Amino acid sequence: MPPAFVEFLQFLLSGITSGAIYALVGLGFALIYNASHVINFAQGEFVMLGGMLTWALMSAGLDLPLAIGAAVALTVLAGLALEKLAIEPARDADVVTLIIITIGAGIFLRGVVSVTLGKDFHPLPSFSGDDPISVLGATIMPQSLWVLGVSALVVIALQLFFRYTLLGKSILATSYNRDAARLMGVNVGFVLLLSFGLSAMLGAMAGILIAPITATNFEVGIILGLKGFAAAILGGLGNGLGAIVGGLLLGIIESLGAGYISSDYKDAMAFVVILGVLFFMPSGLFGRRRTERV
Amino acid sequence: MLLEIEGLSSHYGRIQALTDVSVSVDEGELVALVGANGAGKTTLLRCLSGLQPVSGGRVLFDGQDITSASPQKRVRLGISQVPEGRQVFGPLSVEDNLRLGTVRRRGKDVSRDLDRMYTRFPVLREKRKQPAGTLSGGQQQMLALCRALMSQPRVLLLDEPSMGLAPLLTGEIFDSIEILKEQGTTIFLVEQNAFAALGIASRGYVLDTGSVVLTDTGADLLRNERVKSAYLGI
Repeated sequence: MPPAFVEFLQFLLSGITSGAIYALVGLGFALIYNASHVINFAQGEFVMLGGMLTWALMSAGLDLPLAIGAAVALTVLAGLALEKLAIEPARDADVVTLIIITIGAGIFLRGVVSVTLGKDFHPLPSFSGDDPISVLGATIMPQSLWVLGVSALVVIALQLFFRYTLLGKSILATSYNRDAARLMGVNVGFVLLLSFGLSAMLGAMAGILIAPITATNFEVGIILGLKGFAAAILGGLGNGLGAIVGGLLLGIIESLGAGYISSDYKDAMAFVVILGVLFFMPSGLFGRRRTERV
Repeated sequence: MLLEIEGLSSHYGRIQALTDVSVSVDEGELVALVGANGAGKTTLLRCLSGLQPVSGGRVLFDGQDITSASPQKRVRLGISQVPEGRQVFGPLSVEDNLRLGTVRRRGKDVSRDLDRMYTRFPVLREKRKQPAGTLSGGQQQMLALCRALMSQPRVLLLDEPSMGLAPLLTGEIFDSIEILKEQGTTIFLVEQNAFAALGIASRGYVLDTGSVVLTDTGADLLRNERVKSAYLGI
């Protein structure tokens, strides 16, 4: 293999790995946006909670799998509590108010974690060792395969849920036409609660999968949340497929930019993507073209 | 009385949309409520389905006070609405739209009812896998009607089924409404097309700027001079 190709492949593999994480976070944004038109800026905190809780539970003596399961469950509880305690009481407020509430909730969650679990970075152990695997001259870490595999499974499971269950269809119906869904007897309050739970689960899984690669601390959610948001708007807010494609694209853009231009700009890529989308195609790659009256 | 509305009022902010509206619908009846655009017809139906808050009066269904019941509870009790402008779930398939009508049903033997709907409107069977948004206006109205029937309602609320449809299609839709009535379905029909609505209704109400101004049998309302000049353009 020519070295230039190996180098490119290496950048691509690492881009796809982080892209899969952004896709999971972006899917979380899409789920909540669909159910309520709220952009949940506490989405990144779900990611952080997943990683930090897993670390904390392992320090308390739990095995990795058990700690992961418990951390996901606790994060889901946090998501449900956020909806019940902060969003639902304000359900008659306008969307901007709800968005500000989620920003506040994010700050609150970061604060609680920094006070109770500290501000240090903590790595999680890789799920199955650290022996790199060689792919056409490039190398990939086993943890990257976990990231890709689990992300793919989650996406397939979500797809089946929305396509084959009445509950999944009720969520879709609510996102297409809230009032008509209520006339069918869909409990839109429950749909919103469920979408916060699902988003929290996606976020937690993303945070746990990436923690062995990048380590975790109380602030990782800020940047991961932002990148997930960039992925979601790149794909078209509220479009599940869009969030996945947007996430992978963003990961690849970032990795190639860091590799060929300068790694100083790695985190700037997400902002460049957000600006580019807003300037040139405000509805994203797969977004529904429509205007909203304010 | 199956459905009884007593002295109902409703507001949008500080604007009063309904004032002291009283309407009753008995089991097996087809009752029409006619009125001009903006009279409050849709607001009244939204109050009945629980989408619009009520500021005074009450709604009784089968003797039970449901004035502040949630929309999903009302569907479970047997109130089903075909909303104004059809409002099918465009990106979802025709069959998915129909299945969504069964969200609050206890018995889940859905396939028999699906089959009944498809027999009534064969074009829906033909297009059952297509996105509902690709259907024509008339087909979407049929779909919206069937979607509401899938919940096996005890009373069907119809909001302007003729809206935006060609006269021929309007006739077709009203024929199906009459058939439903003959099969014993209780129907509360809200229409701007007073002529067509009063023609098939046993009783009718005339709503004007949020208040009921006239009520009589459908036939007598059709002969009423005030109704003729104000709503029928004769």
